Amino acid sequence: MNLLYGLTDAIYSNLIREDRFMLLVRGLGTTLQITFFALILGIAIGVVISIMRIVNVKWLNAIAKLYLDVIRGTPAVVQLVIIYYAILGSVTLPKVLVASVAFAINSGAYVSELIRGGILAVDRGQMEAARSLGLSWTQAMSRVILPQAAKNILPALMNEAISLLKETAIAGYIALDDLTRSGNIIRSRTFDPYTPFLLVAIVYLYTTTILTSLVNRVERRMRASD
Amino acid sequence: MTEVMDPIIRVEELHKSFGDLHVLRGINTHISRSEVVCIIGASGSGKSTLLRCINLLEVPTSGRIYIEGVELMEHKNQINQLRQKVGMVFQQFNLFPHMTVLDNITLAPLQVLKMPKEEAVARAQELLKRVGLLDKQDQYPSRLSGGQKQRVAIARALAMRPDIMLFDEPTSALDPEMVGEVLQVMKDLAKEGMTMAIVTHEMGFAREVADRVLFMDEGVIAEDATPAELFGSPKTERARDFLAKVL
Repeated sequence: MNLLYGLTDAIYSNLIREDRFMLLVRGLGTTLQITFFALILGIAIGVVISIMRIVNVKWLNAIAKLYLDVIRGTPAVVQLVIIYYAILGSVTLPKVLVASVAFAINSGAYVSELIRGGILAVDRGQMEAARSLGLSWTQAMSRVILPQAAKNILPALMNEAISLLKETAIAGYIALDDLTRSGNIIRSRTFDPYTPFLLVAIVYLYTTTILTSLVNRVERRMRASD
Repeated sequence: MTEVMDPIIRVEELHKSFGDLHVLRGINTHISRSEVVCIIGASGSGKSTLLRCINLLEVPTSGRIYIEGVELMEHKNQINQLRQKVGMVFQQFNLFPHMTVLDNITLAPLQVLKMPKEEAVARAQELLKRVGLLDKQDQYPSRLSGGQKQRVAIARALAMRPDIMLFDEPTSALDPEMVGEVLQVMKDLAKEGMTMAIVTHEMGFAREVADRVLFMDEGVIAEDATPAELFGSPKTERARDFLAKVL
């Protein structure tokens, strides 16, 4: 009886009182926004960087390699803070935008390697056949190579979306009220360390589970079309 | 006779190395209009490399290649235009697996020649009829047999109306029962007057269809003769050895 009472009490103070559940709802919204924009922008960055690594131009290769080394060799939270304070801090921009850009720059490095792998996995003969027909390199890339690479990449890209969703939990470092920080706000009001973060964990888990089942469905459909 | 004097392809002192490996060691030859030239020789003798150099899929180390009088290396910026004159058929077919048969054939005419869609489709269907695969136009390549794939690949190359067709071991990846259908399409092309350079191991086909046979050995053209001469009385020891093994 005591346990049950304790549980309802915890739920009440952490969720119901002062409509605190709305903090979690808005936090989830912010987390999803950052994830979505960072993913889209990250894919764009990834395409550009992967092509910079593949073309036969030394200085482009070098720039792309430097970008990869820096991003993969430093913690995402440090990159986020640097981009927020040092680079974008001088102008007033919505924090969600700043965070999206920072996470995109981070995610772009990993996405570019996925894309590069996907492009290299397309048989060499495909490029040769396209070029032998008179298509330019760009036409061959966009019409023949990338559509095939996209099929190789899509499942891995959706997994990247799932990791990105979890990585955005550090957005609180720039005082952005994402899902994790919303849990922290509730904790600071109720002095209950367990319930808010258990709730936060459940919301993350529920969201990633939905995304994972989506990945599985896409993978099944792709196998079927082979 | 003037056409014989004006070859579609002329190759002069062509050398190609891959690192330390000197694959082509000074190739001099030419291919005239409507001529069918078969290139034979042991694997590693440089046959495929020669063919791939002719449309710059491999960049020669030195030497000159003329396509209808235009030197390739001096006109690399026009390589896309020059390649349109040269159709290529690969051992591994290299059809685009994400496109239907029809889209495979119309891609280059639409993208490169900017041909109107109806015209490109009509032309593709006409070519498919010619190779006997009109009923497969909406299929994806994965649903075709090897022989059918190669016939589609030939139609795809022909869609650009090339002046010369290069065949790089077109039947080597095929099951034996499918070799005939591909060779038949090639024979029909030869009869229609298409200029062709064919790297092949099909000696019967070379004997029957070729105007000239080049025997390559260690990166040079060791013999250049009519099929009757080359298969009847090869001049070099190496050609005699090679033919004894394959015939």
